[in-house]
Amino acid sequence: MFPFTLEKPRSTEDAIAAAASGARFIAGGTTLIDLMREQVECPDRLIDINSLPFGGIRVEGEDLVIGALARMAEVAADPNVQRLQPLIAESLIEGASPQLRNMASMGGNLLQRVRCPYFRMLDAGCNKRTPGSGCAAIDGLNSGHAILGTSDHCVATHPSDVAVALVALDATMRVKGPQGERSFPVEELFRLPGDTPHLEHTLLPGELIVEIRVPGGPHSRRARYLKVRDRASYEFALVSAAAALSIEDGVIREVRLAVGGVGTRPWRLRDCEAALVGTRPERRAFEEAAQLARQGARPLRHNQFKVELLPRTVVRALALAGEVA
Amino acid sequence: MPRMNAARKHPVEFTLNGRTVRAEVENRMLLSDLLRHEIGLTGTHVGCEHGVCGACTVQIDGRPARACLTLAQQVRGSDVRTVEALAPDPAVLSPLQAAFRRHHGLQCGFCTPGILMSLDALLRERPDADREDIREHLSGHLCRCTGYATIVEAALAAAEEQRKEETTNA
Repeated sequence: MFPFTLEKPRSTEDAIAAAASGARFIAGGTTLIDLMREQVECPDRLIDINSLPFGGIRVEGEDLVIGALARMAEVAADPNVQRLQPLIAESLIEGASPQLRNMASMGGNLLQRVRCPYFRMLDAGCNKRTPGSGCAAIDGLNSGHAILGTSDHCVATHPSDVAVALVALDATMRVKGPQGERSFPVEELFRLPGDTPHLEHTLLPGELIVEIRVPGGPHSRRARYLKVRDRASYEFALVSAAAALSIEDGVIREVRLAVGGVGTRPWRLRDCEAALVGTRPERRAFEEAAQLARQGARPLRHNQFKVELLPRTVVRALALAGEVA
Repeated sequence: MPRMNAARKHPVEFTLNGRTVRAEVENRMLLSDLLRHEIGLTGTHVGCEHGVCGACTVQIDGRPARACLTLAQQVRGSDVRTVEALAPDPAVLSPLQAAFRRHHGLQCGFCTPGILMSLDALLRERPDADREDIREHLSGHLCRCTGYATIVEAALAAAEEQRKEETTNA
């Protein structure tokens, strides 16, 4: 690892000013330290934000508010999270390993970098790591890569599980920056790669995620996260789906559906949602709607299986959500 | 704002296995390297150096964490426990360690310190941990010798012993 300056901010303003002038935030460090060891990232200034007051989890009216510095394990075990938004707890438990969940912050989880092996292979082309160097994954081993939202420059999936749940639940995030603070949907944090895959998120220089707000509703309780992967734990998703249903008098009133492992960002399925509203929560309706999930899919050489696995996973997640009493 | 220069060493103080330690470290020094190379506690092993294999697992403020992804400067003021804290005496194994020995929970032993630190935290927090809980907590560890079955048996035996002990003491 190359040497770097480590800064301990006295205040949020301190931290933001340092980041605006080029320092990188570090919280749990589970992504950044690894990438620095691999020399994929070589920041010369880190700013340790762990002492800032953005931990904790609270309830405001129907909203669940999660501090950006809350750890994955802490959020997953929180009684209010389990009671109000079980989908979030379930998606967190399905991610990483216990030791990593103890370390990794919620803000860092959303900003974690891709797991495409070529991103970490310094002698391979990667437009995310070195803009203009090409994408070794497109003609390489790409069974884990995306089929939605890809470009000729990048095909890596967004690796987070909880981001899929948050996008499904219409969560918003509050960020503070040199220009003050703003709030926007978590979904808008993530960029499509297009021809600038090195730009992954929409935060402005110096902006710091401070909290995530998840609105509650009748769908919140009837919600499940299903993750399909090569082994039962500690593995990234081949396909995952977050499904939340609100059912009244045997008819679906509202649906929230997002998928992971298939898109270059957490992928909301609004066409499927629209097709399900007003139908009965039955397998046939789920299957018909799920076919819409693969619209626009562009499989690569090794990941064609995802085009079929995607609707099947959506159907199973909807069925699981439908069973929740 | 306190800024720790990249070219120099800086003090860090924390509790290690119940004792206060103070060291001078570069910012880029990892906790795993501090423990092994500077302090000389080589029980914490370093395998993949990537946060995958779990051999470097220690407890930071009671929670299992990967020392190979933790900067030494980030444990300032924390309570760190390593595998060296488990045995009450150099000649006496802890109940969990003894269960590993009895049930053949190790062969080469490289992964064992990390696994012990994960299971120690699990059994403290959840004395009623069952097979599934134990398997989930082992998911962050790689063992290439045992196939894990004997590790799970050892952990279940230690959990049962611990529950009996608590009933006797109650």
